[in-house]
Amino acid sequence: MNSEKSDREPLFSLKNRKLITNPLSKDNPITVQVLGICSALAVTAKLEPAFVMSISVIAVLAIANVIIALLRNTIPPRIRIIVQLIVIASLVILVDQVLKAFAYDVSKQLSVFVGLIITNCIIMGRLEAFAMGNKPWPAFLDGVGNAFGYAWILIVVAFFRELLGSGTIWGYPIIENLGFYNWGYKDNGFMILPPMALIVVGIIIWIQRYRNKDLIEDK
Amino acid sequence: MQELFNIFVKSIFIDNMVFAYFLGMCSYLAVSKTVKTSVGLGIAVIFVLGITVPVDYLMNKYLLSTGALKWLGDGFAEVDLSFLSFIMFIAVIASMVQLVEMVIEKYSPALYSSLGIFLPLIAVNCAILGGSLFMQEREYQSIGQATSFALGSGIGWFLAIVGIAAIREKIRYSNIPAPLRGLGITFIITGLMGIAFMSFMGIKL
Repeated sequence: MNSEKSDREPLFSLKNRKLITNPLSKDNPITVQVLGICSALAVTAKLEPAFVMSISVIAVLAIANVIIALLRNTIPPRIRIIVQLIVIASLVILVDQVLKAFAYDVSKQLSVFVGLIITNCIIMGRLEAFAMGNKPWPAFLDGVGNAFGYAWILIVVAFFRELLGSGTIWGYPIIENLGFYNWGYKDNGFMILPPMALIVVGIIIWIQRYRNKDLIEDK
Repeated sequence: MQELFNIFVKSIFIDNMVFAYFLGMCSYLAVSKTVKTSVGLGIAVIFVLGITVPVDYLMNKYLLSTGALKWLGDGFAEVDLSFLSFIMFIAVIASMVQLVEMVIEKYSPALYSSLGIFLPLIAVNCAILGGSLFMQEREYQSIGQATSFALGSGIGWFLAIVGIAAIREKIRYSNIPAPLRGLGITFIITGLMGIAFMSFMGIKL
């Protein structure tokens, strides 16, 4: 357990830990809630852009959740969507400017998908479903948990697509160094093309639902 | 004229919003259970894209890009506001959707009752914001090009969602492995449709 404890409830109580662990598997934003698919598929041809995208989404979702949770009692319900959009859009502008300044190449590769974090349904969904009704600390944990649930799918998809498609991991030519090419192995260029991202995610969903029968959909 | 047509065809088939860029996947997966609702959503997307992209084009040209504010006087000739484009575009989209909804409600109640429920959904559909951002990134030269790109992308999205809805209606009677049922098989079918659409890539326009 954690040594940091507040007066009323421990900082990492069982309930709070669930907020982080649930979205990683049985409540995963991509494979179960079906949110935020667009960017998840488009940036996963290589590990590096997928990693940068994950970091950006973690930052935006955690901070936006805290801001909305702080403001939750002052936002009039009628205009809450606009307020949420403005908060998200401002954070995404910050992320975009930071990426352009410190990681220009990756920001070029991600092109419009940095801007599309604004309409990433995970963020709007979590703000609406969780941050509007909870205190800042649980909202922060919920944001981090969901963003990590999104991130690990991205990283897994990008890992396989880069390994099988280009024969590299993070740009390191692992297949070449292991000498597979000498035995007649060829990279499967198909993996880099957009449709394969859909099929890889489909297979991840298949494996996950096979292991966790509760998630199987009824006819 | 031919150039406009090229952009139109290219954005329907080659740069298809769903199969090449995965835009609007959330509503694509959620609303594609029956053909009837997916036709409604598809038409609403064409409609909203056709309005917001040209408006955002004007915003970009006369307010945001470098030197766009020249019409205010020489002092503003160097101002570059393009970092504000995300907020500007999303505000334009949200308000245009609201406006379109009110106009349709007033003048065509029949259309409103079939499109009405989808319009608010569309404000946060990534295909709409994506259309504006691609318009900005690809630097279309005139409002005509921006409009034909917008209509083409909308029609491409319409084709994709109606196609998947028709397949999902049929596949309900098939014997799919239980864990793959529903979401999983939809992903894989979309991937296969994407592969089919890739055969258009050879066309030089």
